[in-house]
Amino acid sequence: MNVSEPDSTGHFGPYGGRFVPEILMAPLEELEKSYLEARQDPEFQSELRDLLANYAGRPTPLYHARRLSELCGGAKLYLKREDLLHTGAHKINNALGQALLARRMGKKRIIAETGAGQHGVATASVCALLGLECVVYMGAEDMRRQRLNVFRMRLLGARVVGVQSGSRTLKDAISEAMRDWVTNIASSHYLLGSALGAHPYPLMVRDFHRVTGEEARRQILEREQRLPDVIFACVGGGSNAIGIFHPFVKDEGVKLVGVEAGGQGAELGSHAARFSGGSPGVLHGAHSYLLQDTDGQVALTHSVSAGLDYALVGPEHAWLHDRGRAEYVSATDADALRAAQTMARQEGIIPALESAHAVAEALRRAPLARGQLFLINLSGRGDKDTDIYRENLKELDAIDANS
Amino acid sequence: MPSTRIPDLFRRAREENRAALVAYITAGDPTPELTPSLAAALERGGVDLIELGVPFSDPIADGPMIQRASDRALGHGMNVRRVLEIAREIRAMSEIPLLLFTYLNPILRYGLDKLAADAAAAGIDGCLLTDLSVEEAGSYVGVMRASGLDTVFLAAPTSTAERRQLVARYSTGFVYLVSRTGVTGESASLSDSAGALVKAMREVTKLPLAVGFGISTREQVAAVARIADGVVVGSALVRVIEEHGEDPRLAGHVEAFARELAGGLRREVPA
Repeated sequence: MNVSEPDSTGHFGPYGGRFVPEILMAPLEELEKSYLEARQDPEFQSELRDLLANYAGRPTPLYHARRLSELCGGAKLYLKREDLLHTGAHKINNALGQALLARRMGKKRIIAETGAGQHGVATASVCALLGLECVVYMGAEDMRRQRLNVFRMRLLGARVVGVQSGSRTLKDAISEAMRDWVTNIASSHYLLGSALGAHPYPLMVRDFHRVTGEEARRQILEREQRLPDVIFACVGGGSNAIGIFHPFVKDEGVKLVGVEAGGQGAELGSHAARFSGGSPGVLHGAHSYLLQDTDGQVALTHSVSAGLDYALVGPEHAWLHDRGRAEYVSATDADALRAAQTMARQEGIIPALESAHAVAEALRRAPLARGQLFLINLSGRGDKDTDIYRENLKELDAIDANS
Repeated sequence: MPSTRIPDLFRRAREENRAALVAYITAGDPTPELTPSLAAALERGGVDLIELGVPFSDPIADGPMIQRASDRALGHGMNVRRVLEIAREIRAMSEIPLLLFTYLNPILRYGLDKLAADAAAAGIDGCLLTDLSVEEAGSYVGVMRASGLDTVFLAAPTSTAERRQLVARYSTGFVYLVSRTGVTGESASLSDSAGALVKAMREVTKLPLAVGFGISTREQVAAVARIADGVVVGSALVRVIEEHGEDPRLAGHVEAFARELAGGLRREVPA
């Protein structure tokens, strides 16, 4: 059994699958067929490669964070600089891939959801590039938290629709995007931004992000003549993590660590740590670890980073977890804010709040890991989070002054 | 094959040369206490089968009307266990067929085996899970049928010939045809795709065919009654409940609306 690929109906072990209303089943079959054809088509791949290189800015550097490593006094830290990509995060990899696929399928209208706004900005950019209509659903709470990205999307010509239902975050934006898709199937492609949803999305999104891990593998071998000991990535839906993990899954000596949002504590509703706080369930088309109450209602989540604030983890992560191939931990809001500040001061790099969760866990382990190579996926940059850093670091300063 | 109250109701309607009226309500909306009286009102108004909705926090197939009803019901702590209690109350006073209508996750959490046993004991006749595709339904269908419950699945205008056959094979009781693409909600005009879908499904199944999504007036009921065995009304009824939720005469409004819709069921030309 090839454990790196889903079965023909999109299952990663017991996870994944296709749990959607019948209206969407045939369109998903068609999408799967089109994607599998495009995957084998040298012309499609070459156009994607060209745009990744000359539009998005690949390959991204593998950067040795010397001062940060010295500060920890243990592991040697490398950063995979996805934050340097056009539009500011890894999301552009998948947005380009899916938009090219949509154009190939004759779809003229693109629907997307966004949490932090990074996927929305990437999608809006790519739609402008390819001349496609773009509608982005975003929770009203996230619009408040990520005002800058809302404006960027509008500047790029996208229509941003605020979602007022439920927790008014990513979960509700996905529900609303699915409702749009179900209504406008013939004209529209749903450009889902994480390794979530019904088959073939988790497979397709992962494939489009694999480039991160493939480059990092080549770069670290060139630089260090060996593979890293541990790879860290933050996990919301899990797209940047699966992108960097996947090319290393077969390298058993490489530890894979996914970092979820620990939010403000372990109580249900205060975090987005699906593995420690959730159980298998179905949301938005996939079976995976889900934060839910005893009645099977989806629980509210909290994270200071909108991009990690989601109740279900991507199904391939659930399978890596159960097989013991990857380990999943969480970092709290305060951990992430502190790590971001440390990185900013040591390296002159302000990470996205999402990525700061991965940084926090790496910094926690680094002092005890002398001689080891740590690879951190710096999935996005922190410009979009400036307001949140301002709001929150004040508070931390006050705590520090009292201790 | 399960033998529930559902085949009988379609047989009876056919004998009366009319379509059957299927009504969706969200259990617990406006309150759990009122749901049994609303079921009774629907039956008095001429409804043949009640779809009892178990509210779910993230109803992706539903428009704003049923989303709001779900929120109201969840606000009253509605869950699978309490919906089954309500079903038992309805069953104590009526033989109207009851179909549990919900999303997969609350059922997974409750436990498939336990649901099948408890639903059968509560007098439920069958179940429809909106986001359970036939591909994923193998064990569910087995467990439900073992308890004598019908498994109703959806067919949609987007369903391919191959998928329509799968849906027919997995369904018992009846097949629910979605009249148009989109979420639940009222529409000003009835989609043309309903007729084509009815015709295509007739080729692959002898089961009764009920058409739903977007039906809210007596005229629309009459139009669907001419082509299908059943007409499903959901959001329009939920709207009446929303508008009169606080009114002591709520049941009267619901009964009157059902009666108005039922007036469209009879086929003028003998089938």
